[in-house]
Amino acid sequence: MSRGLNWTRALADGDVGAVSPSVITADATLGDDTARLVAVVPDPKSPYHRARKGEVGLREGLSLAEAVTEAVTEDARLPDDRRRPIVAVVDVPSQAYGRIEELLGIHHALAVAVDAYASARTAGHPVITLIVGTALSGGFLAHGAQANQILALNDPGVMIHAMHKEAAAKVTLRTVDQLDELARRIPPLSYDVTDWAKLGLCDELLDVENAADPTGEDVRKAKDALTAAVGRARSGPRDLGNRLTSPGARQTRTASRRIREALAAQWK
Amino acid sequence: MTSTAIPEGTDWAALLARTSFIELSARARAAALLDDGTARELCGPFDRIESPWLEPQGVVPESDDGVVVVKGELGGRPAVVIAIEQAFQGGGIGEVSGVKIAATLSLAARDNRDGTPTVAVLLLETGGVRLQEANLGLATVAEVCSALLELRALQPVVGVIAGALGCFGGMSIAAGLCTRLIMTRESRLGLDGPQVIESEAGIAEFDASDHTLIWSVDGGTQRTGTALADALVLDDVTAVRSAVIDAVGHGVPGRHRSQRIDELRALLEAVDPADPPEPADLAAVWANAVPPRGDRR
Repeated sequence: MSRGLNWTRALADGDVGAVSPSVITADATLGDDTARLVAVVPDPKSPYHRARKGEVGLREGLSLAEAVTEAVTEDARLPDDRRRPIVAVVDVPSQAYGRIEELLGIHHALAVAVDAYASARTAGHPVITLIVGTALSGGFLAHGAQANQILALNDPGVMIHAMHKEAAAKVTLRTVDQLDELARRIPPLSYDVTDWAKLGLCDELLDVENAADPTGEDVRKAKDALTAAVGRARSGPRDLGNRLTSPGARQTRTASRRIREALAAQWK
Repeated sequence: MTSTAIPEGTDWAALLARTSFIELSARARAAALLDDGTARELCGPFDRIESPWLEPQGVVPESDDGVVVVKGELGGRPAVVIAIEQAFQGGGIGEVSGVKIAATLSLAARDNRDGTPTVAVLLLETGGVRLQEANLGLATVAEVCSALLELRALQPVVGVIAGALGCFGGMSIAAGLCTRLIMTRESRLGLDGPQVIESEAGIAEFDASDHTLIWSVDGGTQRTGTALADALVLDDVTAVRSAVIDAVGHGVPGRHRSQRIDELRALLEAVDPADPPEPADLAAVWANAVPPRGDRR
């Protein structure tokens, strides 16, 4: 059982469907809306042996794009402020690291998923990400990072990062202990979700009783938070501009704000 | 270089007369693409907007954070070139460099909405997210993708990968979103680099010391042959500039590569993951699954 599957089942109004064995969808009532939930889950029998533990691989990139685009196509005739919310329930260990993945162009499969999520957002669908487990690297870029709003559970099992700790230490020629020490001083390096939440990318951290298998109260709380996020998404920008104007970004991303202002001033 | 073999049909005169594009600095590459006398750098080194995260880690920052933004004209059209300097931190994208790319693409999109048809060229020599800035690098790559899509709907965004470092990590996704992609035979494109795969999955999965294997999978010849990139050019300033002007001239397609979900399904269904084709045979397998499009080259 994966966190992604448990949360998708718990949030769903009814049955959980599958676009492919590793990408599931369901409908969930959020206030006056019926949202489309999308999650990547493990498929131990996947013919892609490097994508059996919930990684975002070739088939997952394709299926995510199909799931999101289906909702966008179905709602195309609705006024753009009435289009349904799309909720990415995120628990992905990483992208799939494998030879066939590279041969067949996994970067392209992930680009197709990124395109689908971003297109949904710009078409007026509130795209909300709920991080319930790990959200790593290319897996997160393809599934979650294009959202208008990002929520995460405040739980030690939740981890958002560019690379898992052992590999990041190796690539940057450090030990894991050195990396831990640096992460205490340098927030973007930290593997702790409360530090990540200070970077201006997190719209709400949710305290729950059981992050692995939510209680009824946890589900009610998450639905309230998702409903509020849908409201903020509908009244907010359709690009990712809010990530630089959030209170966290004003504290932490001063360099981002400075370079953006300087470029705009010199543009003419 | 991938191998010592020189392909048949090599134009020796062109090869010997060329001026290497990739051997230029990012700043010189950007200027070389634009029409003579039109280049103007924005937020250059004298603006001194550096990464705030490197010095506390004992890494010397650079005053342009490894990304050079140059406005000018390209074949007489308003254009902006965004060049990543692979000599600084392996072209890794951090907070400042990432926002520099994203904000430039957004400003070009704003130009278009205001009536100036600015196009963008991305020189993508990068290992992906700069791990010293981890989560902020990752966040800015998502912002780059979003801004690229915003501009791509209005004007071409042309990607160029010229060097052997290649384009990897999150920025390979940005490459996949480009309107058109130009590569040299020395260049590479992939999500996960060979060392990362070998370290994660073992040497049987990917032998990172096997250069023939690496370029047969990730190399420019393979990527253009399998239509994951659009044009293969010589590493030569004039050739790259001509290819970029040609790519811009194709305009905005009806459906971009990353929008052709049905084609991706057909391509994946054409390959049995338990018995994949040799890299050299993939182009033929895929051409059979999805007939080549007339406007691809």
